[in-house]
Amino acid sequence: MHKFWALFAARNMEFYRDRAALSWAFIFPLLIIVGCALAFSRPDETIIRLGVVGAEQDIAAINLATQRYVESTSYSDKTRALEQIRHHQIDLLIDIKPESLNYWLNPESASGLAARELLRATDADKNLHEQTLSGQAIRYVDWVMPGVLAMNMMFAALFGIGYVIVRYRQNGVLKRFQATPVSSLQFISAQMASRLVIVVLVNSLIFLGCDYFLDLLMLGSYSLLLLIALIGSLSLLSLGLVIASRTASEELAGGLLNTLTWPMMFFSEIWFSLENAPHWMQQFANLMPLTHIVNAARAVMIEGATLSDVNHHLVALLAITVVMLLLAARLFRWQRD
Amino acid sequence: MLYLRALQNAQPIGKPLFTANPHLMTPILDVRNLSKHYKTVEAVKGISFSIPAGICFGLLGPNGAGKSTTIEMIEGIKTPSSGEIHYKGRNRGADFAQQCGIQFQSTALPDFLLVREVLALFHSFYEKTLGINELVSLCDLGEFLNHEANKLSGGQKQRLLLALALINDPEIVFLDEPTTGLDPQSRRRFWHLVDNIKKQGKTVILTTHYMDEAESLCDDLVIIDHGEIIARGSPRQLLQEHLPHRQISLDANDDFDVSAISGDVTRSPGMLTIETLSVERTLQELQSLNADLSSLRVYNPTLEDLFLKLTGHALRE
Repeated sequence: MHKFWALFAARNMEFYRDRAALSWAFIFPLLIIVGCALAFSRPDETIIRLGVVGAEQDIAAINLATQRYVESTSYSDKTRALEQIRHHQIDLLIDIKPESLNYWLNPESASGLAARELLRATDADKNLHEQTLSGQAIRYVDWVMPGVLAMNMMFAALFGIGYVIVRYRQNGVLKRFQATPVSSLQFISAQMASRLVIVVLVNSLIFLGCDYFLDLLMLGSYSLLLLIALIGSLSLLSLGLVIASRTASEELAGGLLNTLTWPMMFFSEIWFSLENAPHWMQQFANLMPLTHIVNAARAVMIEGATLSDVNHHLVALLAITVVMLLLAARLFRWQRD
Repeated sequence: MLYLRALQNAQPIGKPLFTANPHLMTPILDVRNLSKHYKTVEAVKGISFSIPAGICFGLLGPNGAGKSTTIEMIEGIKTPSSGEIHYKGRNRGADFAQQCGIQFQSTALPDFLLVREVLALFHSFYEKTLGINELVSLCDLGEFLNHEANKLSGGQKQRLLLALALINDPEIVFLDEPTTGLDPQSRRRFWHLVDNIKKQGKTVILTTHYMDEAESLCDDLVIIDHGEIIARGSPRQLLQEHLPHRQISLDANDDFDVSAISGDVTRSPGMLTIETLSVERTLQELQSLNADLSSLRVYNPTLEDLFLKLTGHALRE
């Protein structure tokens, strides 16, 4: 255990003293978040977002939908549409019944109230029936934030562990450790533990900073979010270990890591939802740890999900971790072949 | 052809050394038919030697001869393709890493760590250790203890790496080309440290392509070329056996009579060169001929010459 702690402390010291890397660990995600906040959090106030339960052609029966500055979307899933009303993602939801026009709004949304007045003016001839729902607004930044944090976690974990071990192998540090009584398990677990602490700590600080400046929506438990961050980081670190297990070239490691990170950036629902994507794409995304991290964190933050709601994501992350660690242990070499 | 002749001239491998002291006869390390094959290269071709405890044993040869591969197989860093390695009469166990000290030819240390932190890190890896202070004074580390380990000068870094090799107070220390790239002053300083290690009774196994280093430090050595041992013995034994002649040169008039001088005499304008088995006898002959000895120079063959003779090519080709 003594060897583990000595290696753990040495690696932490190395990271802390590498001021350029340390600064970048904080600056990079902040740049993305500030960019997102500037680009997406300002709502387009000239448009009323109208939701209609039913088929596309039903929309034509509503006079409001034909007005300028009104954007209409039809929903087949009423529950999902109601969630969107609750979180201000649409302003008014209309369900056309033979004898009445039922509509929902969230009275805390100014756009919702304005939309109701417009509806009363344009569709006064119909039998209008109002229902209300309450809920906090979800801005795009609230939705995208878990993804951005998870993406930052992915880069910090994969490149952090991958590059360091490959560099150590390339310059002979690993060979020097191999000549000591340190076992590969002690060495690797110390590297992982050090990186895990760094990744979770840095992301927690960024989360708190963003929460302070952007007043993020947080409906679930902070400790559950931390648990997702811990298990998620472990799965990403173990994936990084597989890449670093025997590669001795930083160029090759960089290429392999990019090959892993790019598909995860696109298909892990960081920037957009895969809800309407083909089934195979959703299945493919489920193989990626980032998908589970993003979906679990997002569910906790904007839906207030509990452990039982997200445990399938955590089980998937743990399974990925175990498989990757076994693979890395099998592939690991101290030196280049 | 020269190579074949060298093999014929070489002392039989495995011939016992140091017969005078029975204590030194106990081999601390015994290597039998050690080979290492890579995909296209046969780096080491079935070499055998045994090393008595407490000596400095040298593996000499040009770059690419197979020295480092051999030493790394003994250290346990590389797996032999075939052959046996016995430490104190047994196969090396899992605890061999606890008992030996290793300094690689080139190695880096984790970035941003200070010398004292590197020492503390490696100190934590071993059960039996030397005190840090003792190590600092043994390897002259005092002046740069608080410097970053990866920013040391060549000589300072090699002293730190030597300290890491000695940190577990090992009985056997492997030094793989420890002075390559160092300036002459740093090399001498390093030799002095190795001398001190020898005085503590440790066994030192050294690879080098510097002949002066081997002559200065090694009690016994093997010369390796193309993955095979082509000669072994102490530097003195090897030179006496393969290069018994000394070369004497002096200024002399062209009409100086050399008929009374034994040995091979070569004349060049204003100069004589004599190859002799006995410097003393040649000097007496020159004195009796009233030769002017003020310009006399005696050239002792070195291991470099030996290597050239044995292999037909120079060491640093």
